[in-house]
Amino acid sequence: MSAGRVSIRQDDFDLGAEVAALRKGDGGVGAVAAFIGTVRDRNDGASVQSLELEHYPGMTEAAIEAMIDEAMRRFEIRAARVVHRVGVLAPSAQIVLVAVTSAHRGSAFQACEFLMDYLKTQAPFWKKEAGPAGVRWVDARVADDAALARWGIAADNAPDRSGAAPAQR
Amino acid sequence: MKIAVRYFASVREALGPGEDVEIGAGADIAALRDALIARGGRHAEALGRERVLRGARNLVLSGETTALGEGDEVGFFPPLTGG
Repeated sequence: MSAGRVSIRQDDFDLGAEVAALRKGDGGVGAVAAFIGTVRDRNDGASVQSLELEHYPGMTEAAIEAMIDEAMRRFEIRAARVVHRVGVLAPSAQIVLVAVTSAHRGSAFQACEFLMDYLKTQAPFWKKEAGPAGVRWVDARVADDAALARWGIAADNAPDRSGAAPAQR
Repeated sequence: MKIAVRYFASVREALGPGEDVEIGAGADIAALRDALIARGGRHAEALGRERVLRGARNLVLSGETTALGEGDEVGFFPPLTGG
């Protein structure tokens, strides 16, 4: 486990060790909220044999650091830690950890969900699934943009599939 | 001006990890993308307007009207699917 607020790595993580490190030395912590995302064995009706994650080195870390800064401004939290794995992952493997500490539970729950919603559409990661029919890049979901919109932030990540591709000019 | 272009995910598979591109002063991300599309072939296919792509300037997600400067790094990639 490396120090700092953000870790992008191939290695697995340990929830207990991460939370212990986050709480260590801070007697003001009264609440810890943590979310772990894992690899499902099915997606969109097809079985998943493995998931490969790619990221944009440098940009991914900077984007998540900025998200944690924003979470600190919005919620009364004491510390936050994000671990995200890259490389090839098997079904059931852990992908991502978001952990937050605060004095009271409300801020910890909210900040944890906020960070996860933010990360889904604003941190540069790409998932590629391998299944019986071959490999395919996973499509971005409009629902993930909607999740971030609840916090008053426009995501504009997933393509609008209601019509023609936008010209974007 | 010289721009360091980087590709990710499906765009990287088609074009490789990136390349340095020379483009006229005052160009924005859209102009850079159009200049690459104009090369034809794999560039036109991977970056074509029928594909929905996102961009970043100097490690920050940026829209196509974002102005570029000498030495900037620009990333082109499909919508993000992390978490």
